[in-house]
Amino acid sequence: MNKLNHIIEKVKDNRRIDVNEGLSLFRQADFLTLASLANHRRFFLHPDKIVTYVVDRNINYTNICVSGCRFCAFFASPGQESGYIISKQELSDKIKETIDLGGTQILLQGGMHPDLEIDYYVDLLRFIKENFDIHIHGFSPPEIDFIANKSSLSIDKTISILKEAGLSSIPGGGAEILCDDIRKKVSPNKCLSGEWLEVMRRAHARGMRSSATMMFGHLEKDFHIFAHMDKIRNLQDETHGFTAFIPWTFQPDNTNISVKKKTSVEYLRVLAMSRLFLDNIDNIQASWVTQGDKIAQTALYFGANDMGSTMIEENVVASAGVDFMLSREELTRLIAKAGFEPKQRDCYYHLL
Amino acid sequence: MDISFIDKRLESIFNKVLKGSRLSKEDGICIYETHDLIALGQIASHARRALHGNKAFYIYNQHLNYTNVCRNRCRFCAYARDDGEKGAYVWSIDQIEKRLLERIDDPVTELHIVGGLNEDLSFQYFIDLLETVKRIRPNATIKAFTCVEIDYLANLAGLSLEDTIQRLKDAGLEMMPGGGAEVLNSRIHEELFPKKIGHERWLEIVKAVHKAGIKTNATMLYGHIETIEERVDHLIALRKLQDETAGFSAFIPLAFHSKNTKLSHIPPTTAVDDLKNVAAARLMLDNFDHIKAYWVMIGERLAQVALSFGADDLDGTIMEERITHTAGAKSAIGLTKEQMEDMITKAGFEPVQRDSFYRPIK
Repeated sequence: MNKLNHIIEKVKDNRRIDVNEGLSLFRQADFLTLASLANHRRFFLHPDKIVTYVVDRNINYTNICVSGCRFCAFFASPGQESGYIISKQELSDKIKETIDLGGTQILLQGGMHPDLEIDYYVDLLRFIKENFDIHIHGFSPPEIDFIANKSSLSIDKTISILKEAGLSSIPGGGAEILCDDIRKKVSPNKCLSGEWLEVMRRAHARGMRSSATMMFGHLEKDFHIFAHMDKIRNLQDETHGFTAFIPWTFQPDNTNISVKKKTSVEYLRVLAMSRLFLDNIDNIQASWVTQGDKIAQTALYFGANDMGSTMIEENVVASAGVDFMLSREELTRLIAKAGFEPKQRDCYYHLL
Repeated sequence: MDISFIDKRLESIFNKVLKGSRLSKEDGICIYETHDLIALGQIASHARRALHGNKAFYIYNQHLNYTNVCRNRCRFCAYARDDGEKGAYVWSIDQIEKRLLERIDDPVTELHIVGGLNEDLSFQYFIDLLETVKRIRPNATIKAFTCVEIDYLANLAGLSLEDTIQRLKDAGLEMMPGGGAEVLNSRIHEELFPKKIGHERWLEIVKAVHKAGIKTNATMLYGHIETIEERVDHLIALRKLQDETAGFSAFIPLAFHSKNTKLSHIPPTTAVDDLKNVAAARLMLDNFDHIKAYWVMIGERLAQVALSFGADDLDGTIMEERITHTAGAKSAIGLTKEQMEDMITKAGFEPVQRDSFYRPIK
């Protein structure tokens, strides 16, 4: 039996593969062999033909950011005219509308604003909790790390204060590629991989769940993708706090990194590998925002069991030239037409 | 090849494919009904690789739609206009010449020419059209007119089908596209395109064209009111004719786009159905060499995936696709040679630029 077949057999037996085996499989296996393995693993873990989705709204409380990531087309530098901080009125309107549309959570994320300290975030969370019954999924690790530094608090203390104020779970954004050689090139002012993982470790230890993401298709090589997934898998072995993994591709328009956009086949190969490599993460999410409806639907056969969010509002990726929009009706139609049963879920992947 | 089947019915289909036996109507229906998309793709890929290995074809082509004025006014069409209606146009021979000259430095090897049934145009116009294209682009292949236009031109010229085809051939016609068949079925014909020729006439014309030594493509417009059984019958009718004439070059499944048509309530086709149509074509049409993933209709991103579901050809660079874009297509209006090659290479295939007859271009 040659080496590739040996790895394939291992995967079929639901045994763990290491980084080198993952890389070999990724580099050598036929496209539909990967799909078939990922699809079988998906049905092994989720035998029911259910595909979940969440109804939520992405609220960006500010676009002012000192991070200046080269892949970002959304941010405004401090002092720039297009910068904003959301008003309480606007925030209330957006949340009210979300609830009216059957939404169960908000994804609250924003830039690293140089003038905001922990009191601002505490006030923001309390205001939402006092006025609305809605789950707050908010503040990716780079934001939490930034707030901690800004307010001279430990990461753990910062998380506990935010949790106390109403934060329920943490989105896995800002992970990009968890390899510092790449991070220093694409997002030099953002927290390094150690801090990113530390935020998640501390949050999980405090009983908070989070997702994990990976943005690929910029300056990384294929082995970085596996190094990234290995770090996530190791932390998951320790904490079991990750609910889902969401790989998505860098959208190069209007950004400072000039590369060719990853093609759909390249995306689907990575997606399938994430299902196979991350054997301890239950849910793999398709990214219709970056891939469009057709490839997101196809992704349901390449290991994904979740369609993500209806995204009542999405500004960040839209700034980078992607304008896919999907209504809840269209999202559920895509799932059903692919032969699955669409089910709305909450942040913890409980069916509603 | 080792396939892990979830739908066991596909296993017997794969065994037939391995033995080279023909698939039945029931097999065709199963292909459309199955939810084992990946195993289906693997079977279709096997058949595709048996014919073409790792090659994936594309062509450097240009579309010319000489008029949108059409008396047929099919319900699924967003492109046609009545004479005098806002947006109606006809290109004069001079205008056609101008359009060709605008892109004369592009290495175009095929002109794809189709248009409406415009009662203002004489038979001579079509002869002039072909001769003009041939004069300006002597080395490019003219692939022009669907069977619907051929039927119309025969009436217009007052000639027999055979003589009409011969006249057009003499003027430069070398190949014909596969449009106008829609779905070869009387129920759908009555409901969606009653003024256009029906399936018996379409097949009769294709047969005459093949007999005259002109290759054609074949298509199927899916995703409107047709049933799975009607799709499979369509494929079987084409397969039967191909046994007789061997005149079909490629089959192209065409995904219906409803925007700005009388059927605008019909939602777009989804990826899974698009991929199944490619796979079904590859497996049912065992006597067709080429199955196209038409990126204009299913989008560039899915067309790339379709290369692993039975397609071996991505059609062309096109530049200025008009018809499907009028019906709301979100794909690019054209692709460069580099984009086509990049898509193919990154899908794991070897790009081959071809001429109209699938000969590689060096």
